Amino acid sequence: MTTPYEPRYEPRYEPWDEARGAEIIAEHAGQEGATLVILHALQEAFGYVPEAAIPMVAQALNLSRAEVHGVFTFYHDFRHKPAGRHVLKLCRAEACQAAGGDALAARAEAKLSVALGNTTADDRVTLEPIYCLGLCATAPSAMLDGRLIGRLDQKRLDALVAEAQR
Amino acid sequence: MSMRLFVSRDAGAVAVGADEVALALEQAAARRGIAIEIVRTGSRGLYWLEPLVEVAAPQGRIAFGPVTETDVPSLLDALASNTPHLLRLGATDEIPWIKRQTRLTFARCGVIDPRSLDDYRAHGGYKGFERALSLGPDAILNEVTASGLRGRGGAGFPTGIKWKTVAQAKADRKFIVCNADEGDSGTFADRMIMEGDPFLVIEGMTTAGITVGATKGYIYIRSEYPHAVETMNAAIQAARRGGYLGNRIGGSTYSFDLEVRVGAGAYVCGEETSLLESLEGRRGIVRAKPPLPAHHGLFGKPTVINNVLSFAAIPFILSEGAKAYADFGMGRSRGTMPIQLAGNIRYGGLFETAFGVTLGELVDDIGGGTFTGRPVRAVQVGGPLGAYFPRALFDTPFDYEAFAARDGLIGHGGIVVFDDSVDMRRQARFAMEFCAVESCGKCTPCRIGSTRGVETIEKIINGERVHENLALVEDLCNTMKFGSLCALGGFTPYPVLSALKHFREDFVPAPTTLQAAE
Repeated sequence: MTTPYEPRYEPRYEPWDEARGAEIIAEHAGQEGATLVILHALQEAFGYVPEAAIPMVAQALNLSRAEVHGVFTFYHDFRHKPAGRHVLKLCRAEACQAAGGDALAARAEAKLSVALGNTTADDRVTLEPIYCLGLCATAPSAMLDGRLIGRLDQKRLDALVAEAQR
Repeated sequence: MSMRLFVSRDAGAVAVGADEVALALEQAAARRGIAIEIVRTGSRGLYWLEPLVEVAAPQGRIAFGPVTETDVPSLLDALASNTPHLLRLGATDEIPWIKRQTRLTFARCGVIDPRSLDDYRAHGGYKGFERALSLGPDAILNEVTASGLRGRGGAGFPTGIKWKTVAQAKADRKFIVCNADEGDSGTFADRMIMEGDPFLVIEGMTTAGITVGATKGYIYIRSEYPHAVETMNAAIQAARRGGYLGNRIGGSTYSFDLEVRVGAGAYVCGEETSLLESLEGRRGIVRAKPPLPAHHGLFGKPTVINNVLSFAAIPFILSEGAKAYADFGMGRSRGTMPIQLAGNIRYGGLFETAFGVTLGELVDDIGGGTFTGRPVRAVQVGGPLGAYFPRALFDTPFDYEAFAARDGLIGHGGIVVFDDSVDMRRQARFAMEFCAVESCGKCTPCRIGSTRGVETIEKIINGERVHENLALVEDLCNTMKFGSLCALGGFTPYPVLSALKHFREDFVPAPTTLQAAE
């Protein structure tokens, strides 16, 4: 049996293209309650949901632009502009707080010279809080571009920050 | 014959290096010319021992852990020559932490290959469903009701009554919805079961479908759980191929199919009506109840919406009978609860046991206290909306009513341990902050109250008119508790008020400072 492994990937996204956007929207528009499904698919392809896509989604689903905009802005996950080259998420929920997460978050902010929720000036790293990765028994935890890291300490955090800055 | 090894692919194990260990094992074995087969299982839930490596032996599995990449060569040598190793823990089933549990729902988790339908069936999977098919809807309802199963998401509503309401509703379409938006910090049982035994959830939902007459189900999984999404999707495909989803399931006349939908980072979508809105493609704004989802749920149709653990309890109840399940527990809390020990804890993980075990046993005895070695000062039970309990309340038995009687809740069964370095003012402020960020905005007490709460607690932290502001926070909490539409605004007062009540010393300055300040 071949063992499946987590790919250590750097996310790669396509540049926004209207025809490609329309294709993605058409692919999912037939599903019931498709708005979130489509927004997820667009973000997966382009790394964010371009503003130009909102009226296209609205038209495909026979909704108003305001309704689609409302959905897009309600959920924390959807981005209106591309993130940095790497996204480092630090869990800030209670279990990670109890295990020393506050100090680690402050350390990451200092090392990257950026507050949680922002992208470094060189567009390399977006540092974000996340509320629970479900790794609460191996807290504190983090996620770098989809890769999970538990039992975070200063040393592991520094290594992650260095990796993200590369 | 090749050596069979088991390494978890659970996100919690992967986060501490299980993939690297598995890869190192393969490479080291190839170099030594040892034939091995690595089965990637779910997690046993003993997270302080992850990455756990198990080896198949004639008398059962032998466990080693926590294994790092550097341990791999010596581990393989010990296994090949059958000599002792420092990390050897003995027979997995004999590890006291496992032996003390009553694993009904999590019996297979960490044991089987979660993506193999054959492995699932070989370990008793679909036995309950087969019995369900022979019983028919009315008898299934009787079993579920008699088991005493209550909604494991937190509200504790009797599952049998919910199902019966939907079964009796008349409609052209009905839905089964699984709430896998496990957003509470300190909880990971849903994630573990979806990653470690996904067919169990499918079986439970399929059983609900044939019982109430629904042909379509949705599993709404939070986006923070990509591994669970992947595993559930793989299992759904395997179940379709195996004839357990789709038309004429399991050779019966019933049809049922499932689809995974992914959330988008909104905590409030764990609230059932908000989840339904989100599934319909809208903002996750809470709906007023009534009408209940059982009458007017997804797309306006009668809907069974249950938590992952509720559906996951169903196959055991049907295969072993309602009585076998109801024999466990205390009072009106029947069966077992998968309890999650988290935060600053020495032996953190998933511990499934009958209701009735005390909080103190869980934290001190089973959890082993804090990993920092400092004294336990506070534990938050039931997620961000759960109360903080001090040591003085450690005699509280794990039971819906016992926790309610002490102004707490068991919620989804998560326990987050804090040592004596915790500042309870900050925890109280965080509860309000979290509510302010996550509020859907529909009702005023939650939307505005939480923001005012953050500001007022901030004033207390800064020593401004402390007693007046404390009274204000208490009053505000009362308004939120009784005036909010759902549990987000309604239960945020639990962590705040419990912090104020049980840890007053953190909020009120010592007498000398008080004199100086006034």
